[in-house]
Amino acid sequence: MMNTVTLRNLKNSLITVSMVCATVAVLVPLGLIFFHIMKMGASSINLDFFIHIPKPTGETGGGMANGMVGSALLIALASTIGIPVGVFGALYLVEFGGSRASNAIRFAADVLAGVPSIITGMVAYTLLVVPMKGFSALAGAVALALIMVPIVLRTTEEQLKMVPGSLREASLALGVPLWRTCLKVTLRSATKGVMTGILLSIARVAGETAPLLFTALGNQFWSHKLTEPIAAMPLQIFNFAIAPYEDWHRLAWAGALVLVTVMFALSLTARYLGRSKQQS
Amino acid sequence: MNPKVKIDKLNVHFGQTHAVKDVSIDVPENTVTAIIGPSGCGKSTMLRSLNRMHDLFPSARVTGKVLLDGGDIYDRKVDPVSIRRRVGMVFQKPNPFPAMSIYDNVVAGYKLNGRVKKSDADEIVETSLRRVALWDEVKDRLKNNSMELSGGQQQRLCIARTIAVQPEVILMDEPASALDPISTLKIEELIEELAEKYTIIIVTHNMQQAARVSDYTAFFYMGDLIEWGETKKLFTTPEKKQTEDYITGRFG
Ligand SMILES: Nc1ncnc2c1ncn2[C@@H]1O[C@H](COP(=O)(O)OP(=O)(O)OP(=O)(O)O)[C@@H](O)[C@H]1O
Ligand SMILES: [Mg+2]
Repeated sequence: MMNTVTLRNLKNSLITVSMVCATVAVLVPLGLIFFHIMKMGASSINLDFFIHIPKPTGETGGGMANGMVGSALLIALASTIGIPVGVFGALYLVEFGGSRASNAIRFAADVLAGVPSIITGMVAYTLLVVPMKGFSALAGAVALALIMVPIVLRTTEEQLKMVPGSLREASLALGVPLWRTCLKVTLRSATKGVMTGILLSIARVAGETAPLLFTALGNQFWSHKLTEPIAAMPLQIFNFAIAPYEDWHRLAWAGALVLVTVMFALSLTARYLGRSKQQS
Repeated sequence: MNPKVKIDKLNVHFGQTHAVKDVSIDVPENTVTAIIGPSGCGKSTMLRSLNRMHDLFPSARVTGKVLLDGGDIYDRKVDPVSIRRRVGMVFQKPNPFPAMSIYDNVVAGYKLNGRVKKSDADEIVETSLRRVALWDEVKDRLKNNSMELSGGQQQRLCIARTIAVQPEVILMDEPASALDPISTLKIEELIEELAEKYTIIIVTHNMQQAARVSDYTAFFYMGDLIEWGETKKLFTTPEKKQTEDYITGRFG
C-alpha cells in the first residue's frame, strides 16, 4: 500500500521535473534572443530611427522609416488579399465539409503551408514580376498573402468547427438563409478565435524576408506606388546586417528589436483574445 | 376542412438507413399533434423533414410529399428558406444565441435577416415574451445575456424567438425533455395556448405529456407509422397491438 503511494509520488515528481525542464528549454532561447537583441539594438533606437530613411553609404545616422511604412503597407495589402480568401475558404470547408472540392482545398492549404517561403517568393516572381516587367510592392504582398492564406484558413476552420451545430440550426429554422447564417451566426460566434488566427498569420509574415527578396525587392527611398519596389523592415535588416559598415549594423539591430517587439505584441494580443474567449 | 400539413408517403433515407418509411399523416390547422415512439424510430427525422432541415445534410434523401396549405414544400421551385419562415422549430436543448441579449434573441429572426425598426422590435419583444409568460421574469433585464436564464426560461425564450417571426406551424422536438417538472408544466400550458393560433407538431417521449397536450397522436416504430388518430382514442382504444403495448409500457 505504502509502496504504491511512494511510487506514484516518485513518478509524479519525475514528470513534474521533466515538464519544468521542457518549459525552461523553450523559454531560455526566447529570452536569450530577446535580451541579445535588446542589448545590441536598444542604444540605436531614437527618434531619427523612426522618422528618417537610410543615409547614403558612408554617412552616419538615418533610420528605417521607409522600411516600417513599407512593411505596414505590404502587410495591409497582403491582409486584404489573404484574410478574405482564408476566412471564406474556411467557411466553404465547414459548410461543404464532405465534398471532394473541400478535401482538395484542405490538401492544397496544407501543402501551401509547408512550402518554403522562398519558393512562394519565386511563384510571385513568375506570376507578377516577370509579366509586369519589374519588382513591385504588389508582388511582395501577393507572396505574403500566399503564406497567410493557409494559416488563416486552417485556424478559422478549426474555430468554425467548434461553433455548435445547434446555433446554425436555430438560425436556419428562423428562416435565415444559409449564407447569412454563415456570416452572422457561425462566423460571428467564432470572431475571437478567427482574430487570433489572423493576428498570428500577420505576426508570421511581418518577419518574412525570403519571399520579398525578388518581389518587393526593397528600396532605399520612400515609395508609395504599388507597382514599384518598396522598402520592408526584414529586407533592410538583411541588407544592413550583411553590409560592411558598423553604423548599418547598429541600424539592423535596432530594426530587429522593433520587429521582434511588434511580433511579440501581436502574439500577446492573439493569446489574450484566445484566452478571453475561453472565459466567456 | 383541408389539413394544414399533409404528409404524403414520406420517406427519408440516410445512406443505407431507411429512417422514415412511407408515412402519411394529416395535420389539421390549430391543433396539436404528438409524435411518440421508442428512441431511434425516426421521430426527429420525420419532424425535421417538415421544414426542410435535412437539406443541410448531404447524406439525407427525402422522397414523397409534404403539403403545406396544399403546396408541396419539396417542389423544385420552392425555396427552403421561405418554408422555414412559415414552419418554425423548437429544439430539444434550449439553444438561445449565446452572444446575444435576451432582447436580441427574441428578434433574432428579424435582425439576422436585416434590420428592424426599434419601435417594431420593442413591440415584438414584449408581445412574444408575454405569450410565453416570460415577460414578467425578464422585463427588467432585457439587455442582459440570454445565457444567464435558467434552462426552462431559455426554452421559453426559444419559443418566443420562434413565434416572433409569426410562423404558421411550429415543430417541437422534445421541447421539455431537458427541463424540470415545473418548467415542463409551463411549457405544456404554453403549448395549449399556442394551439389557438398555430398548428403544432410535437415529438415527446413522455406519454402523459402527449395525452395532456395533444389533439392527435401518431405512434412510430422503427421508421413505420403504426397508427395515428385522435389522442383520446389512441390512448384508450388503440387499434394495433403494438400501440397498446407501447402506451401501457409493456414494450422494450
Ligand atoms: N444525420 C443523420 N445521419 C445518419 N443517420 C441519421 C441521422 N439522423 C438520424 N439518423 C438515423 O435515423 C434513425 C432515426 O433517428 P431519429 O433521430 O429520427 O430518431 P428519434 O425517433 O428522434 O429518436 P430519439 O427519441 O432518440 O430522439 C436512427 O437510426 C438514426 O441513426
Ligand atoms: Mg429525436
